[in-house]
Amino acid sequence: MKRFAVIASALLFVGSLAAAMLELAPAAIDLRGPVAAHLAASGVSHPVTAVLLNYRGYDTLLEIAVLLLALLAILAVVGEPGAARPAPAHPVLQTLARLATPLMIVVAVYLLWAGAFRPGGAFQAGAVLAAAGVLLHLAGLLPGWQTPRLRLRLGLAGGFALFLAVAGGLLAQGTLLQYPPALAGGLILLIESGLTLSLALTLAGLFLFLSRDEVAP
Amino acid sequence: MTSGLLFALVGAALFALGVAGVVLIDHLLRRILAFNLMGSGAFLVLVGLAQRNGVPDPVPQAMVLTGIVVAVAATALALALTRKLHALTGRLELPEDADD
Repeated sequence: MKRFAVIASALLFVGSLAAAMLELAPAAIDLRGPVAAHLAASGVSHPVTAVLLNYRGYDTLLEIAVLLLALLAILAVVGEPGAARPAPAHPVLQTLARLATPLMIVVAVYLLWAGAFRPGGAFQAGAVLAAAGVLLHLAGLLPGWQTPRLRLRLGLAGGFALFLAVAGGLLAQGTLLQYPPALAGGLILLIESGLTLSLALTLAGLFLFLSRDEVAP
Repeated sequence: MTSGLLFALVGAALFALGVAGVVLIDHLLRRILAFNLMGSGAFLVLVGLAQRNGVPDPVPQAMVLTGIVVAVAATALALALTRKLHALTGRLELPEDADD
């Protein structure tokens, strides 16, 4: 009975939403024009990066804070560290992982640099780096992480701290995260570099802290 | 119909599938998957509706990029809680309410 009611209301919801979308008038506010008009002053030439790190920089600032918060919550939830190293994988997989990791680091640096003028940026680069860490872990080459010590803590919080420091430094101008156009490109690259490192460590940590209490079979 | 509108319609269907999954499925891993399906549907609606006249809009794309990262964080936290529940009780379902 419950199943029938839920499925029926979900279908009703999809139907009414689809009908509304088909009738939808053009948006009253179109932000494409303003985004394109101020692109020259934003320090980067790719509109999505300009929105992420310049026009709506505070979104990105809070986003990295949310990621850090999730990691802290995970560290609070997972139990005592136990046997951390997973069983070594097949030698072919290990060799492939060793070969792929340097390439993934190169791709991450390229993505970070490309973010200024084409699709790319800190999040994509950080995700590729984190995937390299997870790959090494699954191949049995990288043990799960124990309770982080000072260096890892600095790496995890560094991107957020750097972003916050830039925001605080620019607060003297009166508006949060309003970059001076002459410095905008350099500041965005600086923030994105810090974000890449911290995001990679955080995203890898989401996996590697979770798997640290895995007991080897 | 433009491809943007098609994305938005598929997104609405995915969202409803996800909601039904979250409500109906007891197994927590599958419920987390359904929760992610809900998120993906919402992102598709955002991006699709913004480009339904053919020209992509960078603002919703940037918001969706932010949303994806937050969804990853939420999923990881949910998985950590599920693991803890499994370690404590050996079950992957939440206990039933008394009045259910």
